[in-house]
Amino acid sequence: MDTLLRLEDLTMHYKTKAGWVQAIDGVSFSLDRGQSLGLVGESGCGKTSIAMSIMRLLPYNAELVKGRILMDGHDLYALSDEEVRQLRWKEVAMIFQAAMNSLNPVYSVGNQIIEAIVTHEPETSEEEARDRAESLFELVGIPKERMDHYPHEYSGGMKQRAVIAMALACNPRLIIADEPTTALDVIVQDKILREIEDIRRKINMSMIYISHDVSVIAEVSDIVGVMYAGKLLELGPCCDVFKRPKNPYTYSLMRAYPSILGEKHDLATIPGEPPNLLDPPSGCRFHPRCDWATKECREVEPPWREIAEGHYLACHNPIKTQQVKSCMQQETAKGGEGIGASFGN
Amino acid sequence: MALPSATESRDVILEVCNLSKYYPVNQGFFSGQKALLHAVDNVSFQVNRGEVLGLVGESGCGKTTTGRLIVRLATPTSGRILIENTDVAKIKRQDMMEFRQKVQMIFQDPYESLDPRMTIFDIVAEPLNVNGIGTFEEREAQVEEMLNLVGLAPPSAFLFRFPHELSGGQRQRVAIARALVVKPSFVVADEPTSMLDVSIRTGIMKLIAQLREDLGISYLYITHDLAVARYLCDRIAVMYLGQILELGDSEDIVKRPLHPYTKALISAVPVPDPAIERPIPNIKGGVSKPINPKPRCRFYDRCPESSSSCAEAKNPELRDIGGGHLVACHLL
Repeated sequence: MDTLLRLEDLTMHYKTKAGWVQAIDGVSFSLDRGQSLGLVGESGCGKTSIAMSIMRLLPYNAELVKGRILMDGHDLYALSDEEVRQLRWKEVAMIFQAAMNSLNPVYSVGNQIIEAIVTHEPETSEEEARDRAESLFELVGIPKERMDHYPHEYSGGMKQRAVIAMALACNPRLIIADEPTTALDVIVQDKILREIEDIRRKINMSMIYISHDVSVIAEVSDIVGVMYAGKLLELGPCCDVFKRPKNPYTYSLMRAYPSILGEKHDLATIPGEPPNLLDPPSGCRFHPRCDWATKECREVEPPWREIAEGHYLACHNPIKTQQVKSCMQQETAKGGEGIGASFGN
Repeated sequence: MALPSATESRDVILEVCNLSKYYPVNQGFFSGQKALLHAVDNVSFQVNRGEVLGLVGESGCGKTTTGRLIVRLATPTSGRILIENTDVAKIKRQDMMEFRQKVQMIFQDPYESLDPRMTIFDIVAEPLNVNGIGTFEEREAQVEEMLNLVGLAPPSAFLFRFPHELSGGQRQRVAIARALVVKPSFVVADEPTSMLDVSIRTGIMKLIAQLREDLGISYLYITHDLAVARYLCDRIAVMYLGQILELGDSEDIVKRPLHPYTKALISAVPVPDPAIERPIPNIKGGVSKPINPKPRCRFYDRCPESSSSCAEAKNPELRDIGGGHLVACHLL
């Protein structure tokens, strides 16, 4: 498969009155065409900063300290502003967090999509753009009669669909979805995620999903990256990471979510709170909250290494498969049973 | 499952009978006609002493309105709320103080529910000051005890700090301490964990469960998250467009849902296991608003199993189909 996007040792800091906030620190990954990557982590861990770095939409106080972002082999930060503007939306589009508020209230929804098309593809006529907007509406499941309606006439779920339609407007090769369903109810969330995935498969598009919800990421991603305090702690094929998590943080994060399947298990609490990125902890950034932490963890920063085909890890004391296996086996056995009971009827 | 069912009259702390709250809404800018939004429509349930009842539903289903009615932050259009056999609607102004000591509420957003200009001590001590409980020294002791209880230890490290110096999880702990400092017997918790991060959320959930054990508090726990409700609540009531469609033991609701809506809701919850292929939730259309609803089943338009008889029949009543599992559906 060919690589579409590649982050190499990306490090980005924000300058604030209090000092430099180390928002992203040495993040590397690559994304193939047609693949979906899920970035999961708690708020403030740098997920959105990564998205903004890829879109080159960083605020004025952000500084790229080192590293590169390569799109199709081109360094995004070597391009001029105008070239980036060309790239944006046509190559990389974004579904913003709180999509509800990312529509302009004084233009009809249809007009906003037409505008996006005409702006980025000036050769398209208004009529052609309208035709395309209509088919986009159909694609995301909004009746095309609603095109001339204004955002306030839409429900939350419909606005979200409209924003997805807008992201698809110029047939981008990559869409970054930042918490695309966080504000929505579960039934609507389910529908929208299924729709995005259908479209992605249909047009072989790449996708980066950003979410704090482990379950959402598990359902839509081919590969998962777990972030903590500006660092990527683990990245690998979805099944590998979820079935055999190696990093204690990944493991605790997954165990902290209550599930509606299987027997009730005791929820894991991660002691303490995420660190202040003005002055992150020495060594591994997770060590103050980690049950497995040793002297080495406190002093030496764990290297980012490949431990199995496509499975990367930054940890001195990865969890042994044995430990997790016994735990997971019990749960899957129960989980299977739960599914039968809840979904069977 | 030795949990007391709703029909057995055990030690009931909260009894809600045929509770309704309608809001007038404008039908159009120029037409003077008012329509009624049925935010809560003929809802009845009970909470037993020491029990946690979960109120689950999508946004706009009336769960928060129900909570606000119970603590009398809103007045019901009709129906009765009895807390420890006192009719909440009939409490006189001079008795409100006493009522507020018995019934407290924890709000969703700890960033907005705390006054930024008050210290943690002032925030937690305020209910005591307002109610004139104890001397200053006693209040001080009580506040410290409460902070210890909610896991803000040592209290001296927090007493004179301001909300902006605390993290989201710590703020929510302060909000909980403030609600519980007057030793209420009943607490309405309105999505107290939905604004918090996962690693912090579990701690707050465990705290709520722990305080129930230690202080014997009964809760009405309002949430949109079935998994959280399952973890914390003894029983779950599922609300849809202002009405309760199903009510029963938590495990029963999650494992053996009977109402088509509950089934759809449960199958829509994402599963943290990539190997599991979840079935598509069986439900039609989107949520509508309960403005002047037709007198038939609220779920009729979206129900995958609805028949022509449902269209003509009246709104189904909640009825016990055994073991305290209540369902409002004609088809069962």
